[in-house]
Amino acid sequence: MKRNKLIWQPDRSKYPEHDSNGKPIVDLKSQKFTKLWQGPNHPGVTGNMSLELTLSGDEVVEAKTHVGYLHRGFEKLMERRTYMQCFPTSIRMCVAEPDSNEYVLSAAVEELSGIEVPETAQWLRMLALEMARLQVLLRVVPGIASTLSLGLGSQWGMYMREHILDRFEELTGGRIYHMYILPGGVRGQLPDGFKKRMLENLDMIDGFIKRIEDLIFSNNVFKKRTVGVGILKPEWVDQFGVVGPPARGAGFKRDVRKDYPYLKYNEIDFDPFMATDSDIYTRAIVRKQDLIMTVDIIRQILDKIPNDKEIRAKTPNVLHLEIPKGEVYARSESSRGEYGMYIVSDGSKYPRRVNLRGPSYTHAVALLEKMLINANISDVHAIMVSLQTCPPEIER
Amino acid sequence: MSLKDLLTPFTAWKNVFEDSYVVKDPFNDRPGADRYRGFHKNDISECIGCGTCEEICENKAIDLVPVEGIDTKDGDSGLRPRVDYGRCCWCALCVDVCTTNSLSLSNEYTWVSEDPEDFRFIPGVDKKPWDDNEKGWKKPEGEYNFYEPERVHMEHLEPEARDNSFIEMVKGFSKEQAQKEADRCVECGICVATCPAHMGIPEYIKAVRQDDIEQGFKILYETNPLPEICGRICTHKCETVCSVGHNGDPLSIRWLKRYIADQVDSEDYKKVLGTENIEKNDRKVAIIGAGPAGLSAAHYLALAGYNCTIFEKLPEAGGMMRYGIPEYRLPYDQLDKDINYIKSLGVEIKYNTSVGKDILLNDLKREYDAVFAGTGLHLGRSTRIPGTDHEQVYMAADLLREISLGNEIPLAEKIVVIGGGNVAMDITRSIARLQNKKYGKVDVTATSLESEDIMPADREEVVEAREEKAIVDPGWGPEKIEIEEGKLKGLHVKKCLSVFDEAGRFSPTFDEENHKFFPADMIVESIGQGADLSYISDDIRDNIEFNERGRMVVNEYFQSKAEWLFVGGDIIQGPDVIHGIANGHQAARGIDKYLNGDLKYKSE
Repeated sequence: MKRNKLIWQPDRSKYPEHDSNGKPIVDLKSQKFTKLWQGPNHPGVTGNMSLELTLSGDEVVEAKTHVGYLHRGFEKLMERRTYMQCFPTSIRMCVAEPDSNEYVLSAAVEELSGIEVPETAQWLRMLALEMARLQVLLRVVPGIASTLSLGLGSQWGMYMREHILDRFEELTGGRIYHMYILPGGVRGQLPDGFKKRMLENLDMIDGFIKRIEDLIFSNNVFKKRTVGVGILKPEWVDQFGVVGPPARGAGFKRDVRKDYPYLKYNEIDFDPFMATDSDIYTRAIVRKQDLIMTVDIIRQILDKIPNDKEIRAKTPNVLHLEIPKGEVYARSESSRGEYGMYIVSDGSKYPRRVNLRGPSYTHAVALLEKMLINANISDVHAIMVSLQTCPPEIER
Repeated sequence: MSLKDLLTPFTAWKNVFEDSYVVKDPFNDRPGADRYRGFHKNDISECIGCGTCEEICENKAIDLVPVEGIDTKDGDSGLRPRVDYGRCCWCALCVDVCTTNSLSLSNEYTWVSEDPEDFRFIPGVDKKPWDDNEKGWKKPEGEYNFYEPERVHMEHLEPEARDNSFIEMVKGFSKEQAQKEADRCVECGICVATCPAHMGIPEYIKAVRQDDIEQGFKILYETNPLPEICGRICTHKCETVCSVGHNGDPLSIRWLKRYIADQVDSEDYKKVLGTENIEKNDRKVAIIGAGPAGLSAAHYLALAGYNCTIFEKLPEAGGMMRYGIPEYRLPYDQLDKDINYIKSLGVEIKYNTSVGKDILLNDLKREYDAVFAGTGLHLGRSTRIPGTDHEQVYMAADLLREISLGNEIPLAEKIVVIGGGNVAMDITRSIARLQNKKYGKVDVTATSLESEDIMPADREEVVEAREEKAIVDPGWGPEKIEIEEGKLKGLHVKKCLSVFDEAGRFSPTFDEENHKFFPADMIVESIGQGADLSYISDDIRDNIEFNERGRMVVNEYFQSKAEWLFVGGDIIQGPDVIHGIANGHQAARGIDKYLNGDLKYKSE
């Protein structure tokens, strides 16, 4: 019997056939297709989310995203909590980068009730937000490579991240859930010797970046697997509301810190990196450049941070803090892109409605279904991680 | 593909020779950071069980539970927080909001136990290895507060503006001030338990905060029919125990009460309180004495439909509130505002009628279904030191009564007041005003047995007395009054070392070497008052129980052994206004029960 030779990336123009709307006609009984569930536990995502893939050979012809495995409902829970109680609740909406949650909640509450945050607190907030971005990027940049089985960079990254978590522990009293930025200001001054230790860590991270450039970004295998794979078409950016590194990788220079400066970002010198190739490799490069920029921003913050005693504005008694009637949208730039919170207040102690706008909802639920079409099954993780999906933030 | 792209990844091999980073023994080698939010600690002796930690906990991880060995007492609920680590998220909001700073988190983060029940524990009571850890999250002192620790300043008349007149000196809160002050309340309710009348303090403070004066006013009248009066001169035991006062100033609960009462016009009282139509019954209750206890009893009995008649010895109602407290603290129009409302409920007051002289207690017994006696303490006590029988030695209560009646009192140029209580301060400050009016200068000295720190008078009374140029020189025990040729020369005193013995009994000790002489032309004694129970005739007296100190024994409804006679106020508890009000209210409940046949002196 003559054995057919396996052909890499066969021509798919013949099948599956498409109907008049351009949708593939999938007949599972024909035995030409396979249904594959990826998840809810998935090595490529930081939470529980499922992909229902229809495969033809090793190629995805149809993808559906399924969420709902976390059984949460923080937006609803917050409607029964006072504004101060919302603050520890909100951080769980994104485990990887909880500081953005704290910040947007605080910023929204402050804007509605007209609280002026002291200057030192603003700098400390910025420091916490940038440190959070740093620890996320230390995990994500090599993480893209580790989805393609190059795990060494991730191990280095985790080691670097531990140092940043140590600094977080010193500054905020917590490693993962920092609970540092609260309505009115922040919860602690810079500890003694913090700057020195942080700068040492940043120097270490400089070396780490150099090493992953060699290990990952100049790696022929990594390039082969990522260049030209997982293309995010520029026309999708506005259609789907793509933000952050995926948008910057597709030629849209979107960064809330630049476009709608908050805190003291207009006193910091930085320029978000932009590229146009819009594949996995480009998004990895954008994140690596973000990492370099974040290290630079933290250095600038440590240089400029004033040493003032006042770190929290005087607010009314938090046990019955009432916010004037109104609605507000507060936003910040998280490591994944624009991160915003919409709060409607009916003038009582409790928010009437809280809505979190996180990038993962658009990136991972809607956009991913489109991006996975025609992708190879072995690239699916890499595409997901290159969008940096965070299911907890989808199921908020 | 460049050659570089093929070769550079292999540079990673050089890391093979690097040392790995390992914490070999994380239990010992790596303590948490100084501010680490680890496991809970609680300083049980500091904690008062106010429950703000429970209130702010967003996970309902904290419950306040009774603890063996800790008793419920004034200012301490007797409860302590129990933390459930199945729910806790270590946000430390409980620490930040703690009113006493007793709660903190240690920097310990490892804990192994095989028993799941262990993870629900009472910090400080259930001993844990981290109890002695110094480090960990503490309330950030001075950096921020979850509630304002300082009270809103209450405007007073300047000493120059008040020291020669009897105009009310406390100005009262504006709406903004009252709301700001009300915002400081943490709604723990420690005050409710301590207040003798158990007023709904957090509720009416909440009404102030929400600008719902009518609601607040209703809450006041649920437990206290004299809010204008209590809002001015209450001894505010609530403020003494206020949990916010542990780290800052206690709430100005008294001024907030006054604020609510001040906002309601006397014409609107009945409308706001919904007492326009009260269904009357045909039962009659006699009340002796129109003081706080009598008025309070009359008010609540009238609401229940009883026909009340108050017999008052003096020409106007109010008792000690009118005849003991000077006008600058409690203006007569505010007093009348409260009393007139009670009168408008159908309470009849017979003035200038002394029970025992003008009408006998036995007559009341015959004509009325029940009798409530709240006759108070009006007989001044004397130190009985040599010389007190001199004609220039007076009793404070008598002088205060005369001032209130509008009569002129004997007023020398140099006066010494013996006593350190609020009555002593009242007479001192009244004399200071009168002296200022008459002589244009003040020369009055108040001296008490108790030293400055344990003087029974309210602190602000002492401070304000000094502002009004009166001299307060505490810590001296009166020895004798010097009289030369029938003329009073002054008071000899000796240093008092301690007032109470170790068991807390009154047993002063003196430094016999340290003497002092206060020259004076007139001396006023103000060391307490006694009851005049002469109106209780012997046949009734035989039916009443007295304890070893001569006080009448009553049951929880202030019913005496002669079951038709209820007794309350200063002669039973106190002496202060709020106890009188509470007694009167409780006695009213008792009379209602008694007249419906549900109450016996001793329940079986």
